[in-house]
Amino acid sequence: MSIFSLTIMVIGFAIIAWFTARMRAARLRPVTGERAHSLPGYHGWYVALWLAIPALLFLTIWSIVMPGVVEQSVLLDPAAQALPASDIERSAIMGEARALADGSLTAAFNEEAEALVPAYQEASRFYGVIGIVATLLLAFSCGAYAFLRVRPDFRARNRVERVVMWVLLIASLIAILTTIGIVASLLFETIRFFERISILEFIFGTHWNPQSTTFSDDPGSFGAIPLFWGTILIGAIIAMIVAIPLGLMSAVYLTQYAPAKVRSIMKPVLEILAGVPTVVYGYFAALTVAPAIRDFAVNVIGVSNASSESALAAGVVMGVMIIPFVSSMADDSLAAVPGAMRDGSLAMGATNSETIKRVLIPAALPGIVGGVLLAVSRAIGETMIVVMAAGLAANLTANPFESVTTVTVQIVQLLTGDQEFDSSKTLAAFALGLVLFIVTLLLNIIALGVVKRFREAYE
Amino acid sequence: MNTAIASSTARQPTDWNAGPMQRRIRARYRAEKRFRFYGLFAVLLSAGFLAFLLVTMVSSGARGFTQTQIALPVNFAGSDIFLEPSQLEGEDRDQLLAQADFQGLAQQSAIAAYGEEGLDLLSNGAWVLLRDAISADPTLLTRNETLWVPASTEVDFAARGDSGAGQSEERDAMIVRYAELDAADQVRRTLSWNFLTLADSSDPTLVGIWGALKGSLLTMTITLLLAFPIGVLTAVYLEEYAPENRWTDIIEVSINNLAAVPSIIFGLLGLAVFINVFYLPRSAAIVGGLTLALMTMPVIVIAGRNAIKSVPPSIRDAALGIGASPVQVLTHHVLPLSLPGILTGTIIGMSRALGETAPLLLIGMRAFVATPPSGFTDPATVLPVQIFLWSDELDPGFVEKTSAAIIVLLLFLLAMNGIAIWLRNKYEQRW
Repeated sequence: MSIFSLTIMVIGFAIIAWFTARMRAARLRPVTGERAHSLPGYHGWYVALWLAIPALLFLTIWSIVMPGVVEQSVLLDPAAQALPASDIERSAIMGEARALADGSLTAAFNEEAEALVPAYQEASRFYGVIGIVATLLLAFSCGAYAFLRVRPDFRARNRVERVVMWVLLIASLIAILTTIGIVASLLFETIRFFERISILEFIFGTHWNPQSTTFSDDPGSFGAIPLFWGTILIGAIIAMIVAIPLGLMSAVYLTQYAPAKVRSIMKPVLEILAGVPTVVYGYFAALTVAPAIRDFAVNVIGVSNASSESALAAGVVMGVMIIPFVSSMADDSLAAVPGAMRDGSLAMGATNSETIKRVLIPAALPGIVGGVLLAVSRAIGETMIVVMAAGLAANLTANPFESVTTVTVQIVQLLTGDQEFDSSKTLAAFALGLVLFIVTLLLNIIALGVVKRFREAYE
Repeated sequence: MNTAIASSTARQPTDWNAGPMQRRIRARYRAEKRFRFYGLFAVLLSAGFLAFLLVTMVSSGARGFTQTQIALPVNFAGSDIFLEPSQLEGEDRDQLLAQADFQGLAQQSAIAAYGEEGLDLLSNGAWVLLRDAISADPTLLTRNETLWVPASTEVDFAARGDSGAGQSEERDAMIVRYAELDAADQVRRTLSWNFLTLADSSDPTLVGIWGALKGSLLTMTITLLLAFPIGVLTAVYLEEYAPENRWTDIIEVSINNLAAVPSIIFGLLGLAVFINVFYLPRSAAIVGGLTLALMTMPVIVIAGRNAIKSVPPSIRDAALGIGASPVQVLTHHVLPLSLPGILTGTIIGMSRALGETAPLLLIGMRAFVATPPSGFTDPATVLPVQIFLWSDELDPGFVEKTSAAIIVLLLFLLAMNGIAIWLRNKYEQRW
């Protein structure tokens, strides 16, 4: 019997227990004549939880422990005495025997494995039966214990609610666990990377070419400055040149000028821009925008070395993607400026545009700056557009028609080849990930701080 | 102070009708109009980008749903395939079908029908359709039958007509040849379900998105099953029960941070933890689902908290006042009232997860998967990753297929967001 069907069985028993306990609790009440403390449903939950939780916990532990126990008992079998002493060979044969025993393999490569199959099957059957019996025993004994406590004066509700509280707490701890997991996995691999490559070389080196270092770890190939520059050029400069004016002016028009009807149509339309998957933007950039920009650069401006994977193509498309972020942050900030300031300016005879330019925008500036910082952090963490439209060559150039590469492109590039997990290349990807994580985190903290202080100023 | 008042009273009143003043006012009004126009221009430009993007995708993707087919008369009875219809009723039919040389049969039939160049007219995978036809109807083996099979990419290009002309001699020759075939009714262009029912392939005439779509569905199932309960429970805890202490602060800070972490970082987490520590299978839907669940959970928590917060305290107080316990207040009142908001947030989070590519690339879901996954641990790919993989293909036949896959993805996202908006409008309550 598989673990899955056993789980289903335990849950099935728990449901039966819920109904019986509920019925019993409901029937008890009139006999004793006094008011029961808890509703019958709570007694049902109490018994069902007692039945299911210990049994499922045991089942989880058992399913982790059982393969090891089975293996130990097979090794004690006479047929295993002939196995080679070397750990690697032995575990290869054991793995094969296990696959043969559960039927996922039909023919063995090592002949020793065939001999172990009967022992394997017997051991796994034996321990499987033990696991089933123990699970069911645990379920029934705990369920019976709880069932015997179903009495009118038993405070089942309080017990069940305490379990609910624990479940809520555990669920909310998962967020902390995820954060710890991210920081720990990034830090762990990054430290291993810096044991091989000096941290100064990584942060201040200007030559990036890890693909060339197949065997030796040439520290000169892990200088990440070109990546940082490429990320800033695409995400913080070109994308923002597109996104800030368009986003800000859209917000101004939609909040200050547009009739309500236009606003109610155009605002969702602009928000669609944020909902389009980035892979679609990437495809659009690579297929339509990049060739157009290259042709423009070669034919109109006369840049002969314009790349078809130019920084400009990726940056412009990323800027379009960012427009709604800037626009909605600017929208919120403008709305937060007290109406009295606007009215005062208008009453003094200023036109609408003068009020916006001289009063509203300066007053809302901290909020807008915070929004732009959030947008920058979004842009430098964006992956698919740059993977598909920006290049792989780590150039240190300010020419937007040339190809540059970014941190995210290199992370994808380093981790999607077929290399072992311990090479400097894969570890370098984690180091880049840590840098990205820290930078986006700092940008977010600063941005939220700025926005918060700005809000408080007007409240 | 006094001097200021004195000087202002001494000043002449402004003559609004004087020439310079009128000019100044006109200039200011012009600036006003210009500014207004800039705003309108920005809105229209942004919307124009969106329209251009969608029009590009739809116009190049519409062809992806069609297929150029060529008539292939097949003489099954006189072929090298020595199978009897009765043999295919037994249990070993799959093995028999796998052994038979359908590829040779397809090539022979093509040469018989169209001469030596017939091989170039047929899609490389056309024989698969012969096999499927026989599998569906074994009696074909005794007959001559004309089947419609996919034509090669070259024929497909020629079917576009003049737009491809003049690029190379072979292409021009093929356009002429296509016109002949068309006149003889030996080719046709039809809407084909193949694109929706097949999986990935190296031949653009035979690719489909069912494999990727199924992978997406499996991945999203895992994501939903994990992210929704955890997200809702966390939101409930933080909003209703959390004491004000350092633990609660840490939880809140980490959720807000997780919502802002770039998605690719979650891919690194999935790779380092799920694959390298827990040894879950690479490329499998379960790892993708787990990774995306961690990414979606903060979105659901934030939406859930806002929805729970919008339930007025008077409802809680009233319930508590008539003797409900805190958990009863939650399950009987707060959760049902905030459910529409929570569901809206969940759908929006799920639609973001459905379009997500980068973290899935890192955990290996970019494998070539030619058969749709049948379980959570099978190698799988998802729609956006499939789009990414096809966009990398050199064969020009993949361009329209990529755009067609994008159309399917966008339709799914549109449907999900439409449901979210509908839910919000239907059930949103103002207290």
